[in-house]
Amino acid sequence: MSAPGNQLVDVRGNKCRIWEKGSGPALYWLPSPALALKWTRFHEALAARYRLVACCLPGLAGGDGHDRIDSHLDWCLAAKDLLAAAGFRKGDVLMGSSVGGAIAADVAALWPELVERLVLLAPAGLFDMAEPGRDMFAVTTKNAPALFCETPEAYAETLAAPQGDEATLWSIYVNRGNEAAARILWPFGDTRLASRLWRVKAATLILWGQADKVIPPSYAQKFAGHLDGRASVKLIAGAGHLMELDRPEETVAAIAAAFAKERAHA
Amino acid sequence: MPYPDFPPDFKKKHPSVWVDIDPKLFDPVRAHELYNEYLDELEFAAECGFDAICVNEHHANGYGLMPSPNLMAATLARRTSDAAICVLGSSIALYNPPVRIAEEFAMVDCISGGRLIAGFPVGTPMDACYAYGTNPSMLRQRYAEAHEIIRAAWSQKEVFSFNGRFNQLRYVNAWPRPVQQPHPPVWIPGGGSVETWQWCGVQDYVYCYVSYYGYVSAAATMQGYWNEMQRQGKDRNPFRAGFLQFVGVAETREEAVKLYREPAEYFYTRSLHVDPRFATPPGYVTEATQRMKMKSQVKIAADRSQLFGSLQEEMEGILKEGYVVIGSPDEVADQLRRIAKEFNVGNLLLLLQFGNMDKQTTMYNTEMFAKRVMPQLADLFENEWEHKWWPKPLPKAEQTLPRKVAAA
Repeated sequence: MSAPGNQLVDVRGNKCRIWEKGSGPALYWLPSPALALKWTRFHEALAARYRLVACCLPGLAGGDGHDRIDSHLDWCLAAKDLLAAAGFRKGDVLMGSSVGGAIAADVAALWPELVERLVLLAPAGLFDMAEPGRDMFAVTTKNAPALFCETPEAYAETLAAPQGDEATLWSIYVNRGNEAAARILWPFGDTRLASRLWRVKAATLILWGQADKVIPPSYAQKFAGHLDGRASVKLIAGAGHLMELDRPEETVAAIAAAFAKERAHA
Repeated sequence: MPYPDFPPDFKKKHPSVWVDIDPKLFDPVRAHELYNEYLDELEFAAECGFDAICVNEHHANGYGLMPSPNLMAATLARRTSDAAICVLGSSIALYNPPVRIAEEFAMVDCISGGRLIAGFPVGTPMDACYAYGTNPSMLRQRYAEAHEIIRAAWSQKEVFSFNGRFNQLRYVNAWPRPVQQPHPPVWIPGGGSVETWQWCGVQDYVYCYVSYYGYVSAAATMQGYWNEMQRQGKDRNPFRAGFLQFVGVAETREEAVKLYREPAEYFYTRSLHVDPRFATPPGYVTEATQRMKMKSQVKIAADRSQLFGSLQEEMEGILKEGYVVIGSPDEVADQLRRIAKEFNVGNLLLLLQFGNMDKQTTMYNTEMFAKRVMPQLADLFENEWEHKWWPKPLPKAEQTLPRKVAAA
């Protein structure tokens, strides 16, 4: 895997990491904290098909500013400013994972004319008391791999300090990303997105790990229900919450297949 | 104020004593008895001549039955006359608006005639973040703002507006206000966070290291605190610092081991059985503290629970690691003098009731300490240093005592 273009940009006072690699249709991605740590097989597979621009929210991937953002509206504006700084334009694909998915869905709801195509990978943002899932913020380091992934070793490898990095600094880097996610989602991820999803006009693909323990796969249909026929849903077999680590190629293939279908219909 | 009736297999059958503790284990009729016994014990300590009696705040917790320490402080204020009332403390970040704490503390200070020590903890992860839902990433920011409101509410001479990040109050006007002016002494309980040391120095507050694990493991924390005081150019007045220690006194060490074994083992196996998944919500431990490689008390407890569970569960290990100081009055006095001098600590916070210790044993321990240990510690620092962080009550002639109630 060759290294992506990698820069830390200042977006209205927040330092945000942007990774860019590949050519073809532009796909802008708001990753979850874990997927903002390292360039993985999933990133590489996406970059083989698209011009992938991973835009890491404040606090993720060594960025900062998360501790100055207090309201959900300000998080949405920070994401919109970050996407603009990365060059997102009408017609580009917007994708978001987990906490990034919740924010991506909100960007699509708040600026429906701007976002025409949306991909959500196990997005947070809704919460059903009847189906709460497991508490993603109450887990030990030891138990986290099995909570987030069906292939715990893939998670452990992604979270492990790279060779040569000082363990305490890497741990701070990891914790800061998790803190940013908690700042947005605490205590269980309900950003009141349900009341805004009706505004989304984008054709939306919703992907979910069939074995997701954090946000149950049934939430895929809950999202689709709010999107009123503008969404298609696919479950990824053998994948947990972080399907990008469990089944990277299959997840990218599902995205590509949806776009191919879209083009065929066009 | 622990719940003392957990079964021996509690640790095996229940994941945690805190946050998601089984509600079915709580018996309200038993709690009626317990609350009255625990209040009796605190009142007895005041009668025995302790300088202060202390209460604290926990939520969804089987070892601390005081969600509202201020309720306890209010009743203790009425039933005692000389001892300071130390609320260590009220978790100021959790209340909306924080003015509530300014008001309640002022009430206790007025009722007691100026005997309140006001404690402002940041709050444990289990209490603040999991049981009360406060975002761990915002907890310290909320804490700092709540503190600003409370101090302003106590000191401003006019009604004022407060426009903060988390609180918008058009009218702040605390009625009542504390007897002690400009405010009651403020003590901060902490578990080894760098920011808490810095905060105590900047605000000139007392730092209390509230450790479950005794003096052996506390050296690094207390050294870190005093290094920070030195960095800020503060003096080494030992009354700037407090330290919590479990203590058991009897005529001989053998008798003490026999008497306090069960309560100590109960505490470390059942009262402190915290699920480690609640130890470190994201953002709770600040980056400065992570850089210092310091850990919160709860994280230490959780780590030990996972790694060294067998060591801490038996009396021999508990004593070896210094979790509990135990022995004859002279032995206990010697150990506490050594701890106080080594850590340069002027305020010893003593846990004389722990685990499932019954009322009779607690009162024995309390009386033994007051009569036989306390006199040996009285001259430790007082000739050299002024205690600037102690309550200044009204003169006796100005104090109103509760009317004696005739037996019904």
